[in-house]
Amino acid sequence: MKNQDLYKYVLGVADNSLILGQRLGELCGHGPNLETDIALTNIALDLFGQTRSYYQYAAKLEGNGKTEDDVAMLRLERDYKNVLLVEQPNTHFGHVIARQYLFDVFHYQLMTALLNSNDETLAAIAAKSIKEVSYHKRFSGDWLKRLGDGTEESHEKMQEAIDHYWPYTDELFDMTESDVKMAAEGIGVDVSEFKESYYKEVSDLLEEATLEVPANPYFKKGGKEGIHSEHMGYILTELQYMQRTYPNMTW
Amino acid sequence: MKKEWPLWEVFVRSKNGLEHRHFGSLHAADAEMALENARDVYTRRSEGVSIWVVESKYITASNPEDNGELFEPAQDKVYRHPTFYDLPDEVKHM
Repeated sequence: MKNQDLYKYVLGVADNSLILGQRLGELCGHGPNLETDIALTNIALDLFGQTRSYYQYAAKLEGNGKTEDDVAMLRLERDYKNVLLVEQPNTHFGHVIARQYLFDVFHYQLMTALLNSNDETLAAIAAKSIKEVSYHKRFSGDWLKRLGDGTEESHEKMQEAIDHYWPYTDELFDMTESDVKMAAEGIGVDVSEFKESYYKEVSDLLEEATLEVPANPYFKKGGKEGIHSEHMGYILTELQYMQRTYPNMTW
Repeated sequence: MKKEWPLWEVFVRSKNGLEHRHFGSLHAADAEMALENARDVYTRRSEGVSIWVVESKYITASNPEDNGELFEPAQDKVYRHPTFYDLPDEVKHM
Protein backbone atom coordinates (compact mmCIF):
# COMPACT_ATOMS: atom_id res chain seq x y z
CA MET A 1 0.00 0.00 0.00
CA LYS A 2 1.34 3.38 -1.00
CA ASN A 3 0.04 5.41 1.86
CA GLN A 4 0.11 3.21 4.93
CA ASP A 5 -0.01 6.14 7.33
CA LEU A 6 -3.08 7.68 5.75
CA TYR A 7 -4.80 4.29 5.83
CA LYS A 8 -4.03 3.91 9.53
CA TYR A 9 -5.09 7.46 10.20
CA VAL A 10 -8.47 6.96 8.54
CA LEU A 11 -9.06 3.77 10.54
CA GLY A 12 -8.13 5.55 13.76
CA VAL A 13 -10.91 8.05 13.17
CA ALA A 14 -13.41 5.56 11.75
CA ASP A 15 -13.12 2.76 14.31
CA ASN A 16 -14.31 5.00 17.15
CA SER A 17 -17.56 5.60 15.30
CA LEU A 18 -18.00 1.93 14.37
CA ILE A 19 -17.51 0.58 17.87
CA LEU A 20 -19.54 3.29 19.60
CA GLY A 21 -22.28 2.78 17.01
CA GLN A 22 -22.24 -0.95 17.72
CA ARG A 23 -22.54 -0.29 21.45
CA LEU A 24 -25.49 2.07 20.92
CA GLY A 25 -27.06 -0.41 18.51
CA GLU A 26 -27.16 -2.95 21.33
CA LEU A 27 -29.67 -0.65 23.01
CA CYS A 28 -32.15 -0.90 20.15
CA GLY A 29 -35.42 -1.92 21.80
CA HIS A 30 -33.87 -1.54 25.27
CA GLY A 31 -33.87 2.23 25.73
CA PRO A 32 -35.50 3.64 28.87
CA ASN A 33 -38.49 4.73 26.80
CA LEU A 34 -39.55 4.86 23.18
CA GLU A 35 -38.27 8.39 22.48
CA THR A 36 -34.83 7.85 24.00
CA ASP A 37 -34.56 4.45 22.36
CA ILE A 38 -35.09 6.04 18.97
CA ALA A 39 -32.68 8.87 19.77
CA LEU A 40 -29.88 6.48 20.71
CA THR A 41 -30.35 4.30 17.66
CA ASN A 42 -30.45 7.44 15.51
CA ILE A 43 -27.05 8.36 16.88
CA ALA A 44 -25.83 4.84 16.16
CA LEU A 45 -27.04 5.17 12.56
CA ASP A 46 -25.32 8.55 12.18
CA LEU A 47 -22.08 7.00 13.38
CA PHE A 48 -22.42 4.03 11.01
CA GLY A 49 -23.07 6.38 8.12
CA GLN A 50 -19.89 8.29 8.91
CA THR A 51 -17.85 5.18 9.41
CA ARG A 52 -19.00 3.83 6.05
CA SER A 53 -17.59 6.86 4.27
CA TYR A 54 -14.25 6.38 6.01
CA TYR A 55 -14.14 2.66 5.27
CA GLN A 56 -14.95 3.20 1.61
CA TYR A 57 -12.00 5.55 1.50
CA ALA A 58 -9.78 3.11 3.44
CA ALA A 59 -10.76 0.26 1.09
CA LYS A 60 -9.81 2.42 -1.88
CA LEU A 61 -6.45 3.19 -0.29
CA GLU A 62 -5.87 -0.47 0.46
CA GLY A 63 -6.69 -1.51 -3.12
CA ASN A 64 -6.57 -5.23 -4.04
CA GLY A 65 -10.31 -5.25 -4.60
CA LYS A 66 -11.00 -4.72 -0.89
CA THR A 67 -14.40 -3.32 0.03
CA GLU A 68 -15.75 -1.30 2.94
CA ASP A 69 -17.17 -4.53 4.38
CA ASP A 70 -13.75 -6.17 4.47
CA VAL A 71 -12.39 -3.20 6.35
CA ALA A 72 -15.31 -3.05 8.78
CA MET A 73 -15.92 -6.75 9.37
CA LEU A 74 -12.84 -8.82 8.72
CA ARG A 75 -10.00 -7.31 10.69
CA LEU A 76 -8.53 -8.91 13.80
CA GLU A 77 -8.94 -7.29 17.19
CA ARG A 78 -5.44 -5.79 17.22
CA ASP A 79 -6.12 -4.07 13.90
CA TYR A 80 -8.99 -1.99 15.32
CA LYS A 81 -7.67 1.36 16.51
CA ASN A 82 -10.59 2.76 18.50
CA VAL A 83 -10.03 4.26 21.93
CA LEU A 84 -10.92 2.18 24.99
CA LEU A 85 -13.70 4.62 25.95
CA VAL A 86 -16.07 3.65 23.13
CA GLU A 87 -15.85 -0.11 23.71
CA GLN A 88 -16.97 0.07 27.34
CA PRO A 89 -20.30 -1.65 28.09
CA ASN A 90 -23.66 0.09 28.37
CA THR A 91 -24.18 -0.84 32.07
CA HIS A 92 -26.98 1.72 32.72
CA PHE A 93 -28.38 4.81 31.04
CA GLY A 94 -26.11 7.13 33.05
CA HIS A 95 -23.12 5.22 31.71
CA VAL A 96 -24.42 5.46 28.16
CA ILE A 97 -24.78 9.23 28.53
CA ALA A 98 -21.40 9.76 30.23
CA ARG A 99 -19.57 7.71 27.62
CA GLN A 100 -21.41 9.51 24.84
CA TYR A 101 -20.81 13.00 26.13
CA LEU A 102 -17.12 12.43 26.85
CA PHE A 103 -16.73 11.18 23.30
CA ASP A 104 -19.01 13.76 21.63
CA VAL A 105 -17.07 16.78 22.88
CA PHE A 106 -13.88 15.28 21.48
CA HIS A 107 -15.59 14.16 18.27
CA TYR A 108 -16.94 17.64 17.64
CA GLN A 109 -13.50 19.20 18.11
CA LEU A 110 -11.97 16.60 15.80
CA MET A 111 -14.54 17.16 13.05
CA THR A 112 -14.18 20.94 13.33
CA ALA A 113 -10.43 20.66 12.82
CA LEU A 114 -10.74 18.02 10.10
CA LEU A 115 -12.81 20.45 8.02
CA ASN A 116 -9.48 22.11 7.19
CA SER A 117 -7.70 18.91 6.18
CA ASN A 118 -5.63 19.00 3.00
CA ASP A 119 -7.21 15.69 2.17
CA GLU A 120 -10.41 16.44 0.25
CA THR A 121 -12.15 13.20 1.18
CA LEU A 122 -11.56 13.63 4.89
CA ALA A 123 -12.62 17.27 4.78
CA ALA A 124 -15.79 16.29 2.93
CA ILE A 125 -16.67 13.57 5.44
CA ALA A 126 -16.07 16.03 8.28
CA ALA A 127 -18.35 18.59 6.62
CA LYS A 128 -21.08 15.99 6.33
CA SER A 129 -20.64 14.68 9.87
CA ILE A 130 -20.35 17.87 11.83
CA LYS A 131 -24.06 18.66 12.03
CA GLU A 132 -24.79 15.17 13.27
CA VAL A 133 -22.00 15.29 15.82
CA SER A 134 -23.16 18.68 17.00
CA TYR A 135 -26.59 17.18 17.69
CA HIS A 136 -25.07 14.19 19.50
CA LYS A 137 -23.26 16.56 21.82
CA ARG A 138 -26.42 18.53 22.46
CA PHE A 139 -28.36 15.34 23.23
CA SER A 140 -25.79 13.81 25.58
CA GLY A 141 -24.96 17.16 27.21
CA ASP A 142 -28.63 17.88 27.93
CA TRP A 143 -29.09 14.47 29.49
CA LEU A 144 -25.96 14.86 31.55
CA LYS A 145 -27.33 18.11 32.98
CA ARG A 146 -30.76 16.60 33.59
CA LEU A 147 -29.45 13.59 35.42
CA GLY A 148 -26.64 15.37 37.25
CA ASP A 149 -28.96 18.12 38.43
CA GLY A 150 -31.98 15.82 38.81
CA THR A 151 -32.90 13.70 41.80
CA GLU A 152 -30.51 12.57 44.49
CA GLU A 153 -30.39 9.12 42.92
CA SER A 154 -29.79 10.34 39.37
CA HIS A 155 -27.07 12.69 40.62
CA GLU A 156 -25.31 9.87 42.41
CA LYS A 157 -25.51 7.54 39.41
CA MET A 158 -24.34 10.20 37.01
CA GLN A 159 -21.36 11.08 39.20
CA GLU A 160 -20.47 7.39 39.44
CA ALA A 161 -20.64 7.12 35.64
CA ILE A 162 -18.44 10.17 35.07
CA ASP A 163 -15.92 8.89 37.61
CA HIS A 164 -15.96 5.54 35.86
CA TYR A 165 -15.23 6.91 32.38
CA TRP A 166 -12.87 9.71 33.32
CA PRO A 167 -9.75 7.48 33.21
CA TYR A 168 -10.49 6.79 29.53
CA THR A 169 -10.51 10.43 28.41
CA ASP A 170 -6.79 11.09 28.25
CA GLU A 171 -6.27 8.52 25.50
CA LEU A 172 -8.38 10.65 23.15
CA PHE A 173 -5.46 13.09 22.91
CA ASP A 174 -2.68 10.58 22.34
CA MET A 175 -0.98 10.69 18.97
CA THR A 176 0.11 7.50 17.23
CA GLU A 177 3.07 7.49 14.89
CA SER A 178 0.76 7.76 11.87
CA ASP A 179 -1.22 10.55 13.55
CA VAL A 180 1.96 12.58 13.96
CA LYS A 181 2.97 12.08 10.33
CA MET A 182 -0.47 12.92 8.99
CA ALA A 183 -0.78 16.01 11.19
CA ALA A 184 2.60 17.21 9.93
CA GLU A 185 1.33 16.93 6.35
CA GLY A 186 -1.84 18.87 7.18
CA ILE A 187 -3.98 15.82 6.40
CA GLY A 188 -4.63 14.73 9.94
CA VAL A 189 -5.30 16.71 13.07
CA ASP A 190 -3.04 17.17 16.07
CA VAL A 191 -5.57 16.14 18.70
CA SER A 192 -3.15 16.82 21.55
CA GLU A 193 -3.80 20.50 20.88
CA PHE A 194 -7.45 20.30 21.99
CA LYS A 195 -6.76 18.71 25.31
CA GLU A 196 -7.03 21.89 27.31
CA SER A 197 -10.20 23.16 25.62
CA TYR A 198 -11.76 19.69 25.93
CA TYR A 199 -11.29 19.52 29.68
CA LYS A 200 -12.46 23.12 30.00
CA GLU A 201 -15.68 22.46 28.10
CA VAL A 202 -16.39 19.19 29.90
CA SER A 203 -15.62 20.69 33.32
CA ASP A 204 -17.92 23.65 32.67
CA LEU A 205 -20.78 21.35 31.80
CA LEU A 206 -20.14 19.10 34.78
CA GLU A 207 -20.27 22.14 37.00
CA GLU A 208 -23.55 23.18 35.45
CA ALA A 209 -24.79 19.64 36.07
CA THR A 210 -23.74 20.02 39.75
CA LEU A 211 -21.25 17.19 39.27
CA GLU A 212 -17.68 17.06 40.43
CA VAL A 213 -14.77 16.94 38.04
CA PRO A 214 -12.87 13.78 38.96
CA ALA A 215 -9.29 14.29 40.07
CA ASN A 216 -7.73 11.32 38.43
CA PRO A 217 -4.23 10.14 39.22
CA TYR A 218 -4.01 7.60 36.39
CA PHE A 219 -5.47 7.01 32.94
CA LYS A 220 -6.17 3.87 30.92
CA LYS A 221 -5.05 3.64 27.33
CA GLY A 222 -4.05 1.22 24.63
CA GLY A 223 -6.92 1.10 22.14
CA LYS A 224 -5.25 3.43 19.67
CA GLU A 225 -2.37 0.95 19.43
CA GLY A 226 -4.77 -1.98 19.10
CA ILE A 227 -4.48 -3.14 22.70
CA HIS A 228 -8.07 -3.36 23.83
CA SER A 229 -10.01 -4.14 26.98
CA GLU A 230 -11.64 -7.53 27.45
CA HIS A 231 -14.93 -6.17 26.08
CA MET A 232 -13.61 -5.74 22.56
CA GLY A 233 -13.53 -9.44 21.72
CA TYR A 234 -17.21 -9.81 22.58
CA ILE A 235 -18.14 -6.78 20.47
CA LEU A 236 -16.27 -8.14 17.47
CA THR A 237 -17.74 -11.62 17.90
CA GLU A 238 -21.20 -10.17 17.50
CA LEU A 239 -20.24 -7.58 14.89
CA GLN A 240 -18.38 -10.02 12.67
CA TYR A 241 -20.57 -13.08 13.17
CA MET A 242 -22.43 -12.97 9.87
CA GLN A 243 -19.37 -12.30 7.70
CA ARG A 244 -17.34 -14.94 9.48
CA THR A 245 -20.08 -17.55 9.33
CA TYR A 246 -21.31 -16.80 5.80
CA PRO A 247 -18.31 -15.23 4.04
CA ASN A 248 -19.20 -12.60 1.43
CA MET A 249 -22.88 -12.69 2.29
CA THR A 250 -24.89 -9.61 1.33
CA TRP A 251 -28.43 -8.43 2.04
CA MET B 1 -40.77 4.08 34.93
CA LYS B 2 -43.38 4.69 37.59
CA LYS B 3 -43.98 8.35 36.88
CA GLU B 4 -44.95 8.83 33.24
CA TRP B 5 -43.73 11.93 31.48
CA PRO B 6 -46.51 14.18 30.18
CA LEU B 7 -47.75 13.81 26.64
CA TRP B 8 -46.90 16.40 23.97
CA GLU B 9 -48.38 17.05 20.55
CA VAL B 10 -45.93 17.64 17.73
CA PHE B 11 -46.55 19.97 14.79
CA VAL B 12 -44.09 20.07 11.91
CA ARG B 13 -43.80 22.46 9.00
CA SER B 14 -42.46 20.37 6.18
CA LYS B 15 -41.22 23.34 4.17
CA ASN B 16 -41.28 27.10 4.18
CA GLY B 17 -44.59 28.50 3.03
CA LEU B 18 -46.63 25.59 4.30
CA GLU B 19 -48.44 25.53 7.61
CA HIS B 20 -47.43 23.35 10.55
CA ARG B 21 -49.30 20.07 10.57
CA HIS B 22 -49.95 17.65 13.35
CA PHE B 23 -47.44 14.81 13.09
CA GLY B 24 -48.15 12.84 16.24
CA SER B 25 -47.46 12.82 19.94
CA LEU B 26 -44.73 11.77 22.31
CA HIS B 27 -43.69 11.79 25.96
CA ALA B 28 -41.17 14.23 27.39
CA ALA B 29 -40.32 15.75 30.77
CA ASP B 30 -40.32 19.35 29.50
CA ALA B 31 -40.52 21.48 26.38
CA GLU B 32 -36.83 21.27 25.56
CA MET B 33 -36.85 17.49 25.74
CA ALA B 34 -40.07 17.41 23.73
CA LEU B 35 -38.37 19.34 20.92
CA GLU B 36 -35.38 17.00 20.89
CA ASN B 37 -37.58 13.94 21.01
CA ALA B 38 -39.67 15.34 18.18
CA ARG B 39 -36.53 15.80 16.13
CA ASP B 40 -35.54 12.19 16.76
CA VAL B 41 -38.93 10.64 16.31
CA TYR B 42 -40.39 12.70 13.46
CA THR B 43 -37.90 14.84 11.54
CA ARG B 44 -34.71 12.85 11.31
CA ARG B 45 -35.05 12.26 7.57
CA SER B 46 -35.36 15.95 6.66
CA GLU B 47 -39.14 15.93 7.01
CA GLY B 48 -39.32 19.44 8.37
CA VAL B 49 -37.97 22.96 8.71
CA SER B 50 -39.75 23.90 11.91
CA ILE B 51 -41.22 22.08 14.90
CA TRP B 52 -43.83 23.18 17.42
CA VAL B 53 -44.55 21.18 20.53
CA VAL B 54 -47.39 21.79 22.93
CA GLU B 55 -48.35 19.82 25.97
CA SER B 56 -51.45 17.84 25.11
CA LYS B 57 -53.35 19.02 28.18
CA TYR B 58 -53.41 22.55 26.73
CA ILE B 59 -55.36 21.44 23.68
CA THR B 60 -59.09 21.77 23.98
CA ALA B 61 -60.81 19.26 21.75
CA SER B 62 -64.37 19.18 20.52
CA ASN B 63 -66.56 16.46 21.90
CA PRO B 64 -67.53 13.81 19.33
CA GLU B 65 -71.10 13.89 20.79
CA ASP B 66 -71.39 17.49 19.58
CA ASN B 67 -70.48 16.62 16.00
CA GLY B 68 -74.05 17.14 14.87
CA GLU B 69 -74.41 20.74 15.97
CA LEU B 70 -70.80 21.65 15.19
CA PHE B 71 -70.29 20.19 11.74
CA GLU B 72 -73.41 18.85 10.09
CA PRO B 73 -75.51 22.01 9.52
CA ALA B 74 -73.16 22.98 6.71
CA GLN B 75 -73.79 19.84 4.70
CA ASP B 76 -77.05 20.93 3.02
CA LYS B 77 -75.79 24.40 2.12
CA VAL B 78 -73.60 23.95 -0.93
CA TYR B 79 -73.16 27.71 -1.28
CA ARG B 80 -70.98 27.63 1.82
CA HIS B 81 -68.33 25.66 -0.03
CA PRO B 82 -66.07 27.45 -2.52
CA THR B 83 -66.62 24.86 -5.23
CA PHE B 84 -68.07 26.97 -8.04
CA TYR B 85 -64.84 27.82 -9.80
CA ASP B 86 -61.97 25.83 -11.36
CA LEU B 87 -58.66 25.70 -9.59
CA PRO B 88 -55.67 26.27 -11.91
CA ASP B 89 -53.27 23.30 -11.97
CA GLU B 90 -50.43 25.50 -10.77
CA VAL B 91 -52.09 26.06 -7.42
CA LYS B 92 -50.85 23.38 -5.08
CA HIS B 93 -51.64 22.42 -1.51
CA MET B 94 -55.31 23.37 -1.61
